[in-house]
Amino acid sequence: MITDNAVLIAQSRRGRFAESRYSGRAHILLERSLIAFRNSAWLAVLSGFFEPVLYLLSFGYGLGHLIGKIPLQNGHVVSYAMYIAPGLLATSAMNGAIYDSTWNVFFKLKHDRIYQGMLQTSLGPLDVALGEIGWSLLRGFSYAVGFMCVVVPAGLITSWWGILAVPAAVLIAFGFASVGMGITSCFSTFQQMDYINIAMLPMFLFSGSFYPLTVYPGYLQGILKSLPLWQAIAMVRDLTLGIVTWGILWHVLYFVVMASVGVTITTQRLTKLFLR
Amino acid sequence: MANQEVLIEAKQLVKRYGDFTAVNGIDFQVRKGESFGFLGPNGAGKSTTMRIIAATLTRTSGEITILGKDPEKFGPEIKAHLGVVPQTDNLDNALTVEENLYIYGRYFGLSKKFIAPKIDELLDFAQLTEKRSVKVETLSGGMKRRLTIARALVSEPEILMLDEPTTGLDPQARHILWDRLFRLKEQGVTLLITTHYMDEAEQLCDRLMVMDKGSIMAEDSPAGLIKNFSTKEVLEVRFGSDRNADVAPQLKEMCERIEVLPDRILMYADDGEVLLHDLGQKGLHPLTSLVRRSSLEDVFLRLTGRTLVD
Repeated sequence: MITDNAVLIAQSRRGRFAESRYSGRAHILLERSLIAFRNSAWLAVLSGFFEPVLYLLSFGYGLGHLIGKIPLQNGHVVSYAMYIAPGLLATSAMNGAIYDSTWNVFFKLKHDRIYQGMLQTSLGPLDVALGEIGWSLLRGFSYAVGFMCVVVPAGLITSWWGILAVPAAVLIAFGFASVGMGITSCFSTFQQMDYINIAMLPMFLFSGSFYPLTVYPGYLQGILKSLPLWQAIAMVRDLTLGIVTWGILWHVLYFVVMASVGVTITTQRLTKLFLR
Repeated sequence: MANQEVLIEAKQLVKRYGDFTAVNGIDFQVRKGESFGFLGPNGAGKSTTMRIIAATLTRTSGEITILGKDPEKFGPEIKAHLGVVPQTDNLDNALTVEENLYIYGRYFGLSKKFIAPKIDELLDFAQLTEKRSVKVETLSGGMKRRLTIARALVSEPEILMLDEPTTGLDPQARHILWDRLFRLKEQGVTLLITTHYMDEAEQLCDRLMVMDKGSIMAEDSPAGLIKNFSTKEVLEVRFGSDRNADVAPQLKEMCERIEVLPDRILMYADDGEVLLHDLGQKGLHPLTSLVRRSSLEDVFLRLTGRTLVD
């Protein structure tokens, strides 16, 4: 930007895409998050890295010792740790994204009124939505990289496709963060936030992180397969175990749609709340 | 002031929420360099009007332009023209004092190079230089307000909007804030203020719009309002809550106008001392009495039949 006049900067956006809702400055939200991050929350972020690693040690190696080998649909046989590692990666991408986009967002929305402050400047609600979701995404990315730094040396990733598990984790984070922020922006009390926990825990336990869905009757499998966490785990597992078919694109599409819906809801809610 | 450029112009501005009419067809103009106040009790429609100007609320009908632009068509541009100090602080608690100023400037798209010297200048103005590296959460209410004002000035706005700037502050903090705002006024910044404090309105505003229930009751300078809607002086008398109503008819005949409040009677006259003397002559001896200058409170009472702060 050549000028340092707020009005001229705003004027230069005339006629651009969604000019009243988007100023092209979503990255400033990332700058804000980075400053806020430097000021605190190191421990909370580190815990997000350790969580899947601890699960892997406890279930993968502890429980896995009793379980032994797992046969896959394609005839291959893998260790239990190899089987659950992608599930844990997908779950940690989800958890990081959900934590940022629900509790953190709720606090900024209702308690600190930070979004109100942002939207009284020439920033638009789409900047805020993209910037905040973008931060969750960065967090998802760093967790995924951290987890890969543990599981690759441990020999749990056997295929080069496994590298794509990192962008897959980012896509998963994008989907969950968008929908998480969208839902949170519709909530008005702390009590309602508990609904998110109520939905998250069973999804984590039953979406096939720890065992194949084939243990369930058919109709239940159908329901679970429609949930985002199963989609996430299936996508990452295909990649880390190297069983890649064109079918994986359906999972990608699932998250693209989920992310778009989430961004749209968030932008509309922020508009309704602060720019009616 | 009268021949200065018109910055804000509203015509028949209306805002309804369902059946409730918050702003009921108001007209006003604000000129460059002027300090313009909306005076009225809570729920008068002041904040609603401010939010419509600030492009954070859409109107139901009527016209409004800020620097010739419709806020519903040019929202981001209007916001770049304005500095907003909302009624409730919305500072970023995760950041320090100076980071708050910095990031707010960045929200407008300003460069780091531009903002850096601006921060020093604004911290000095807000008397917060020593607090620059402190987290915002630890500041006192008065400091937070000053920081919010400093923050609103980062983008060098043409109009500064202050919604109830001193509500909730102790007297000392209020005076410091008024002093800061007065400096801005002297520098020629156009101020738009809402308040339900008459002393604040008298101190800061060149021109006032008295609002009640979404409508404009009167509009003039503070002195002009007092001149037109009240007498020079007021005699406040107390006869005890039982007797106040009994003596009221008698008192009414002795002066221009009276107002019977639950705890006291206000008698409007140009010379309060003379009136008090007359009371004594008639054998009316109030328990307490006070002669004072007429204020905007009296204007409001006259216009609406109610007090400002209840």
